[in-house]
Amino acid sequence: MLEIIVFSTLNGLLYGLLLFMLSSGLTLIFSMMGVLNFAHASFYMLGAYFAYALGLHVGFWPALLLSPLLVAGLGAVVERFGLRRVHEHGHVAELLFTFGLAYVIDETVHLLWGSIPVSYTAPEYLRAPLFSLFGTDYSIYRGVTMMIAVLMFVALWYLLRKTRVGMMIRAALTHGAMVGHLGHNVPRLFMGVFAFGCALAALAGVIGGPLLSTEPGMAQALGPVVFVVVVVGGMGSLLGAFYASLLIGLVQTFFVALDVSIGDLLNAVGFGVDPYGEVTGITLASIAPMTPFILLVLILIFRPRGLMGELEP
Amino acid sequence: MLEVNDLHAYYGKSHILNGVNFSMKEGEVVALLGRNGVGRSTTVKAIMGEVPPQGSIRFRGEEIAGLPNHRIARKGLGYVPENRDIFPTLSVRQNLELGIKNTRRPGKWKVEQFLEMFPNLAQRADSPAGVLSGGEKQMLTISRTLMGDPELIMIDEPTEGLAPLIVKQIGELISEIARAGVSILLVEQKLSIAMDISHRVLVMGHGQIVFEGTPQELRADEAIRKEWLEV
Repeated sequence: MLEIIVFSTLNGLLYGLLLFMLSSGLTLIFSMMGVLNFAHASFYMLGAYFAYALGLHVGFWPALLLSPLLVAGLGAVVERFGLRRVHEHGHVAELLFTFGLAYVIDETVHLLWGSIPVSYTAPEYLRAPLFSLFGTDYSIYRGVTMMIAVLMFVALWYLLRKTRVGMMIRAALTHGAMVGHLGHNVPRLFMGVFAFGCALAALAGVIGGPLLSTEPGMAQALGPVVFVVVVVGGMGSLLGAFYASLLIGLVQTFFVALDVSIGDLLNAVGFGVDPYGEVTGITLASIAPMTPFILLVLILIFRPRGLMGELEP
Repeated sequence: MLEVNDLHAYYGKSHILNGVNFSMKEGEVVALLGRNGVGRSTTVKAIMGEVPPQGSIRFRGEEIAGLPNHRIARKGLGYVPENRDIFPTLSVRQNLELGIKNTRRPGKWKVEQFLEMFPNLAQRADSPAGVLSGGEKQMLTISRTLMGDPELIMIDEPTEGLAPLIVKQIGELISEIARAGVSILLVEQKLSIAMDISHRVLVMGHGQIVFEGTPQELRADEAIRKEWLEV
């Protein structure tokens, strides 16, 4: 039992931090530009594939750095020559644009790398155990990923709280026009934030690819969960996105790990039902993928502005 | 310094500005008066590009109509909108610092100077600006725009809804700005501070300038005041 708790907590935190890498960019872009970027998870997938392709030539570590940079450049181009033009026609047009873009990216990945997973893995020495507990190994790679995720969180906090650019971003979150009236180039700031958000998504792909699986369906597998994080955390709230990421990461991981059925739970509180019945026999593990969406529905009914948000979706 | 020629602007299909003409000289304080809805705010918004302008707007001889707002601001035109757009999550000090356009070339106005001028702002220098009162927010937005060293500042209804004591303080700040040699276009509904501070007064009606003269001339012209200003 203790083993399950320790490892599920570690894995849940890691999954949560990966979710936060994706949702932080998405929520920044949303609150600045009012665009829910449907293609955000596709940039995450590109991050993983670029790291895989680059890694074949330059090695794992340089690829880890280069891939997010490349995706950031791509994001900047998409914002400058795509979104900025579409923006004049309103939010629905923008939404449809990012929706289309997501499919274009997904199909391009299919074309270039095929529909089966590619063998994007961490180097051999990183797959060695960092420590063993109760006979289960925790790999060095998982430790490294956790560290990168935490570093990224600290860097993001520092950027937004302590730098002049961060001040500008926070001001533009609520009063974009006024920031422009003071002589600051807000469209360029938007492009920078969009590119930065894409880079964070790509970084999640780079470090998450070897852990999860680098395949063409990875964007569609994670994309909806990232949207849930943003809504549950509260539209436009970074802190909310952080809490929601960890919450969903931990809940999903624990549900997968626990060998318990609905019937077992009901019996534990004294209901006395058949633990092998058609409904009561369903295990928590099989409900796990559904938990983010159950949370989404409950949040929208009972607290539509999310955990920390000020805006209603 | 500023020449506005045959300026038109629309909100959707309604024609708000219907050929506005006026000019301002260096160091001049000009009041733009008129009742609600005659197009005073729209005039300054069109100059800043917030409402798409049609016609000619020249600042120091350069055409600026239709430029993005940050480029207009960088040419030396400051704008304080009427809704006191402070950045609520940033501290008072950070609000002022964001007014600086180029940190490597500091201008003639200093953060400390405004904190000295307004002890209320000094007390809350490191608190989020969202907690300030209406009057304090007004002081902060004007000061913040000054941090960018504008040569001409357009201030939209700075005294609206404020207590007489605060109105007096804002009048003093505007006089201080004028003494520093900055040109001021002051948009107001009431005559109060505008008449004491301005060199020249423009009155708007139906999207056009309907009177232009000194405050004394406007005082003497009861017909104009009755028709275009008094409620």
